[in-house]
Amino acid sequence: MTAAGRISDILWRNPRLLLVLLITPPALWLGIIYLGALFALLAQSFFSIDEFSGLIRYEWTLKTYGDLLRPANFDIIRRTVVMAALVTVASAIIAFPIAYFAARYARGRWKAVFYLGIMLPLWSSYLVKVYSWKLILAKEGILSWAFETLHLTWLLEGYLAIPLVGGNSLSVSPTGTFIVFVYVWLPFMILPIQAALERVPASMVEAAGDLGATPAQTFRTVLLPLALPGVIAGSIFTFSLTLGDYIIPQIIGTSARFIGLAVYQYQGTAGNIPLAAAFAIVPIVIMGLYLWWAKRQGAFDAL
Amino acid sequence: MRSDRAPLWLRIAAGGGLLFLHLPILLIFVYAFTTEERTYQWPPPGLTLHWFGAAWNRPDIWAALGLSVKVASISTVIALVLGTLCAAAVSRSRFFGREVISLLVILPIALPGIITGISLRSAFSLAEIPFSFWTIVLGHATFCVVVVYNNAVARFRRVSGNLVEASMDLGANAFQTFRFVILPNIATALLAGGMLAFALSFDEVIVTTFTAGQQQTLPIWMLEELVRPRQRPVTNVVAMVVVIVTFLPILGAYYLTRGTDTVAGSGK
Repeated sequence: MTAAGRISDILWRNPRLLLVLLITPPALWLGIIYLGALFALLAQSFFSIDEFSGLIRYEWTLKTYGDLLRPANFDIIRRTVVMAALVTVASAIIAFPIAYFAARYARGRWKAVFYLGIMLPLWSSYLVKVYSWKLILAKEGILSWAFETLHLTWLLEGYLAIPLVGGNSLSVSPTGTFIVFVYVWLPFMILPIQAALERVPASMVEAAGDLGATPAQTFRTVLLPLALPGVIAGSIFTFSLTLGDYIIPQIIGTSARFIGLAVYQYQGTAGNIPLAAAFAIVPIVIMGLYLWWAKRQGAFDAL
Repeated sequence: MRSDRAPLWLRIAAGGGLLFLHLPILLIFVYAFTTEERTYQWPPPGLTLHWFGAAWNRPDIWAALGLSVKVASISTVIALVLGTLCAAAVSRSRFFGREVISLLVILPIALPGIITGISLRSAFSLAEIPFSFWTIVLGHATFCVVVVYNNAVARFRRVSGNLVEASMDLGANAFQTFRFVILPNIATALLAGGMLAFALSFDEVIVTTFTAGQQQTLPIWMLEELVRPRQRPVTNVVAMVVVIVTFLPILGAYYLTRGTDTVAGSGK
């Protein structure tokens, strides 16, 4: 009997051994590299930086977490969470009709069109998508041009003059940051809603109509509750992705910082890895709380 | 009467949504041909092919492209091996820690990229590992595993265990069974997963900024141009080429897995 045959026999008689052989390489890779790195991050967040020498002091302390609560840093956290919440709500509103149409009405060729129509933007280059918005929102760009052609420049300028949302031009305003976030994460919201809606039988919507519900009532009392697990699943993506992004606010928007940007700057030029690590723990904690809440709402039972 | 036509407002909202997703990307294609050098002026004052030649002759773009292709290829190979092994183990049996393993595979993509990036960065700094080609690959392979895994696990579920037993009964050893029975069955799923992993790695920028040090992949080159624009028209051309290059694997993966229960790509 050949060696290959003997090995085969051993594996066939010991499925456990085969399992161990299969699982060990990926488990080691993810366990050591990924979990190891996560623990390194956690450990770093309990160190602190010596304010005089700028060197990291390798002693356990909660001082770095205390720094997070300083007004300047706390502002960053609040701004990021508000932005993430707004982006999530807006994506859900824009995503719903697309998902509903794709799930209920698109058939045959249109099904493929919708599938690829959502998948291609999802997978196309993130930086290119952000870049295209820099072109669109620029002062001399296509959007200003459209407003001018329609003789609505006063409207755009009036909007940009509003504090908190406006700015010099759309590409340096918080509104710009918001639009780009919504655009970039939208497909992540469409897909789970579509998956949830595809499981709603069309007869249910018809039954509601037969029983005298108006379309608005049908939506509120039948469709929305059944689609809610999908919306929550999508919101997990949009919320988490906005919390961690540091490129969009850097390229489009005011210089106001977000959590991701703070992490990036503290670990880079400032060399304050402990504070960067502590900042990075914030999205993990927020997402943990969010997932716990979603679970309590029964979002996962229905999936 | 059953109505199968969508109400008008729904058609407008859905169509408008799709346009919103696609018009910005199409706009890049126009800008690649503009004669305007300094601003993002619309409408373009004129059209030219000049910038394609200018981009072609830029050694820094070629170097960045080369690094990106190398990183993506090696990460894809590692992800293919690890993802397939993991999918085979998870789909063929129930064992202690099975849920933990599937969670572990998904985690790198479920948590924001910046977490993966800063984690690796602090691990490298604690272990005093200098940045190199391999530190980039380490990060990329980690989050590419999930794409291969998702595709492979769906396919493994459909490959009947009877096939394997029949093959063994007919005298094939484990390696022959893998080569002639299992592999042909999962090949298209692996190819699709591999293409998606390649596209994911080729485009990745968030984790890469933390693991690359001074090296420039193509997305990092683009990021620098976005933060401090130097030659806008060349950036437009590169952006257009990147769009085309990433669309091809997505379309390929779609056609390879079309008609199966889970279509590739839904798990980014």
